[in-house]
Amino acid sequence: MSGKTKTATKTAKTEMITITIDGKEITVPRGTTILEAARQNNVHIPTLCHHEDLTPFGGCRLCIVEVEGQRVPVSSCTFPVTAPVNVESTSDRIRRSRRHTVELLLSEHCGDCYSCLRNGNCELQTLAQECGVRDYPFGHPTEKTCSLDLSGTSLVRDMDKCIQCGRCIRTCEELQGIGRFKFSGRGYNKTVSTYLDRGLAEVACINCGQCITRCPTGALTERDDTPEIWAAIEDPEKHVVIQTAPSPRVAIGEEFGLEAGNAMTWQLNTALRRCGFDKVFDTNFSADLTIIEEGTELITRLYKALVEKDATVALPQFTSCCPGWVKFMEHEHPDMLPHLSTAKSPQQMFGSVIKTWYADLNGIKPENIVSVSLMPCTAKKFECSRPEMTDSGHKDVDYSVTTREIARMIKQAGMNLPELAPSEFDDPFGTATGSGIIFGATGGVMEAALRSVIEFVTGLKVEDLYEHADIIPVRGFEGCRYAEIKIPETVGPVPELIQHLVPNWDWLKGQTVKVGIAHGIDNARKIIKDIAAGGKFSECHFIEIMACPGGCLSGGGMPIPTTQEIREARAKAIYEEDKQYGETGRARKSHENPAIAKIYKEFLTEGPCGHKSHDLLHVEYTQRGKFMTDATTGGEDVKNGKDKTK
Amino acid sequence: MTIRNTITFASIPTDKGLKAALEKEPKSVINDVIESGLRGCGGAGFPTGIKWKFAAKAEGAQKTVICNADEGEPGTFKDRVILAEWPDLVFEGMTIAAYAIGASSGIVYLRAEYAYMRKMLEECLEKRRQAGMLGAKIAGKEDFSFDIHIHMGSGAYVCGEESALIESLEGKRGEPRNRPPFPVEIGYENAPTIVNNVESLAWVSAIFANGSKWFKGAGTKESPGYKLMSISGDVKLPGVYEFPFGTTLSTILEAAGGEDAKAVAVGGASGTLVPPNNFACKICFEDVPTGGSIIVFGKNRNLLDVAENFQEFFADESCGQCTICRLGNVKLLEGIRLMKQGQCTDQHLEDLCSLGASMQIASKCGLGQTSPNVFLSVVKHFRDEIPRHPVAENDDQKTEKAKSSNLFQSVVQLFRTDADTAKNNSGTNKKGVSA
Ligand SMILES: Cc1cc2nc3c(=O)[nH]c(=O)nc-3n(C[C@H](O)[C@H](O)[C@H](O)COP(=O)(O)O)c2cc1C
Ligand code: SF4
Ligand code: SF4
Ligand code: SF4
Repeated sequence: MSGKTKTATKTAKTEMITITIDGKEITVPRGTTILEAARQNNVHIPTLCHHEDLTPFGGCRLCIVEVEGQRVPVSSCTFPVTAPVNVESTSDRIRRSRRHTVELLLSEHCGDCYSCLRNGNCELQTLAQECGVRDYPFGHPTEKTCSLDLSGTSLVRDMDKCIQCGRCIRTCEELQGIGRFKFSGRGYNKTVSTYLDRGLAEVACINCGQCITRCPTGALTERDDTPEIWAAIEDPEKHVVIQTAPSPRVAIGEEFGLEAGNAMTWQLNTALRRCGFDKVFDTNFSADLTIIEEGTELITRLYKALVEKDATVALPQFTSCCPGWVKFMEHEHPDMLPHLSTAKSPQQMFGSVIKTWYADLNGIKPENIVSVSLMPCTAKKFECSRPEMTDSGHKDVDYSVTTREIARMIKQAGMNLPELAPSEFDDPFGTATGSGIIFGATGGVMEAALRSVIEFVTGLKVEDLYEHADIIPVRGFEGCRYAEIKIPETVGPVPELIQHLVPNWDWLKGQTVKVGIAHGIDNARKIIKDIAAGGKFSECHFIEIMACPGGCLSGGGMPIPTTQEIREARAKAIYEEDKQYGETGRARKSHENPAIAKIYKEFLTEGPCGHKSHDLLHVEYTQRGKFMTDATTGGEDVKNGKDKTK
Repeated sequence: MTIRNTITFASIPTDKGLKAALEKEPKSVINDVIESGLRGCGGAGFPTGIKWKFAAKAEGAQKTVICNADEGEPGTFKDRVILAEWPDLVFEGMTIAAYAIGASSGIVYLRAEYAYMRKMLEECLEKRRQAGMLGAKIAGKEDFSFDIHIHMGSGAYVCGEESALIESLEGKRGEPRNRPPFPVEIGYENAPTIVNNVESLAWVSAIFANGSKWFKGAGTKESPGYKLMSISGDVKLPGVYEFPFGTTLSTILEAAGGEDAKAVAVGGASGTLVPPNNFACKICFEDVPTGGSIIVFGKNRNLLDVAENFQEFFADESCGQCTICRLGNVKLLEGIRLMKQGQCTDQHLEDLCSLGASMQIASKCGLGQTSPNVFLSVVKHFRDEIPRHPVAENDDQKTEKAKSSNLFQSVVQLFRTDADTAKNNSGTNKKGVSA
């Protein structure tokens, strides 16, 4: 697809050109597309296949406009401004053709809006309205022609609702460099297909759900786990707890009509209790736990490599809290799995702890606990169903639900989230830290880890080195980032918590800790390539990777739409919350979390990376390979794609 | 297929044109082509010299000359005849183009069905290499090297569209690209590329052999020179003919023995359907243009059958990226089938014509833009051919009807008031469109 999307947007955007759109003069840099020029000036042109994160495609033909001197209208999303021309964004024939396009889409769109997950947030509905569809002159099917793809743990594909905009294809190819979807067939047989039209569980999909957040319709959705959760809530035998991750909390307001960037953390606690959850916990607790375990693992690896000169130690160490990234490595770089931290993700650490320590503390049988997690992520659904995630003796996390699902539950319970009174998290995990919160933004895990490692090693306060403990070099939205952190010549004593692992810090004096950060698998690939080529990332000690562009705050389970503006607003809200923790006297560093001190004192008594930690909080990964065979798919070759020829 | 009259190419000595061109500066080669007024013979009629001028001006190291030998338009076979009879002229034309724009490699994109010619063409290329007219230092010119290889198509009509052809050459789905940028700026492997039809390239050789004035002297003002036509259908003498541009359709029909035609598809499936009262029209870009396909339909032909056949072709051959082309063609096809049964309401017919007009303006490439032409011509010129009442069924149709019960509705029900019924018929199932 790259070929035909080589529009002149590549042209150097220096020279300014003035065009008119609907009579209004607009000056833009040469090479700007007409659509961009229009949007920057509040001229609305309907689009469907266009998404600002993706290369223009020019296929839906809705954005066509009249350009002076052109025989027929042109697609404004691909047409660059190269001369001072007059543009009309609409005309009689354009309005008619837009309506025809939508009517044609509806003529093969088998979907019942009432029961569709995208009802009320569907671009096709909006376009039908905008383009003046009042009738179905070309028909409107009521019978499905293809089966639902329910094979996956995370995503559901309903190709009867697909309008072939190709956004999922471009998302997976361009942002993730994975390419699980392709157009196949031609003419009326054209479909969006997977490899051999298999179900998503039978291809090497990483479940990131980025395609869902860019799909204009209900063709791609998350697997809806809410009925099971309601059933558990209604079951008097069950003790239903929920942990909430930081990203959903800054975004769920969008589902209730708020602007992006309004955190609803405390209102959400109230809403969840009113839905019937018995306890509401903060995933930041286990984020802090992850930092301690993962940070300790890193220190151990470094000690082995630098002091004991053990050449078998895999460095750089990669973060492993993103299940999309982990599955990607299992498929495409199984040989590099030793580089992944063995520490489980915060979701799974919490899961193990709830069904062991928490169950014991409260005298609840773990089999009666239903553990739910609210995540920004669809891949977390896959993660919690991995067979190895049962270290508590039970399924550690029973249901992982997305921001969108929880928003639906709250609406079903008749609440308007922003109007609710705030309330606190439940103990014993109640008090969390700002470090856990910033996990949601790209670079956040790195910053959280560095805050703790720096204090551990130097004995100083991070604030003394970085203003407000904000480690700015690792923040931002750049795809691949590299940063160096200098350890001072004077080091502190080894904290008690990890004295069993390293005797002193002398070996780190004056050293430079090199770190890398990437978000979006396409960027992750660049880092892996660079490492293979012996580039600067090969010298890194620690690299954070998140599968989703922007990090968890634009995860596949987050409110739709996603744009750079929305992502930045959510990131701002996350860093704002971290800052507020500092201002309200709450801890901002993982190791300062009192609940963390308590769990190492009372439960994980051998300390971080000790035996019990290993049993409950660490995991090994599966070499999957890129090609799914009958053996890796369980022998079933499920074909779920569209088959119009049947 | 028989050659029916005198074709200029038969009298052009091999390499005469190329040698003449290589005597000149590339710039003046381009000027000569512009002077001749030659317009592309693949259908769009873009002035060949201007195309070359753009490509010569564009920056890029690895420029490419592509010969479009995909000849996919229903009813054309003149490129096949040229390749079979005068391959040297085509390769010469490519070499002249390469010299003019500074290209070092050439590709012939050969229609899958023409695979049988490949061996012969490869031999011809090899002979040219041996003779020093292809490969390094052509005709002894120190700084001009150019070679040609053959790439097989795979049978998709849309891959004849130049930018889809390039995608296909690059190993991707054959889908037309967005323009701009045009292939002359960013084409094959991102380098400036010219794509020319087989016939255009052969005329280039002829023009350098006989002079651009000779070419310009024939034809009309806007369409100079000569054109090969593939004439088929209900005529006594089907085959390839050469006429100067501006020849009337009736002259052509007379030559081929098809004067009593009911209609003529000029330009194949994507052209126009000319009714007898317009047989006096001239074949040229000012009047009725053609890439070379002339299909004649005799008195006994059912034009709805013709339209159905063409529409099926487009519904199948659309690359599918534009909604309006991918689905519009299906709707027109379903509409024609309803029309054949006398089941298409006036309102639905109006909707379909309006849809056709949208397809002409909103599609990305020529395929979609021209795909409703024949349908619209039938409705405009041959309205009488459309049954106004349900057609009596034969036994086969009765069985068909029993299978899809909602297909048959009484005329009364079908008037606009119950539009949904019509919609059900026309729109509901994707399975119904099996070709
Ligand atoms: C759907 C479609 C199919 C086409 N098929 C052919 C073809 O088979 N051969 C051809 O020479 N041009 C074909 N064309 C025209 C080409 O896009 C292009 O205009 C032509 O190859 C340019 O050469 P010319 O300027 O020498 O005519 C096709 C165009 C369209 C839209
Ligand atoms: S995808 Fe949109 S139009 Fe289709 S059923 Fe769902 S809400 Fe309705
Ligand atoms: S699944 Fe969604 S994003 Fe993908 S092509 Fe279909 S409608 Fe577009
Ligand atoms: S008009 Fe038809 S053939 Fe041409 S690009 Fe669009 S869908 Fe493809």
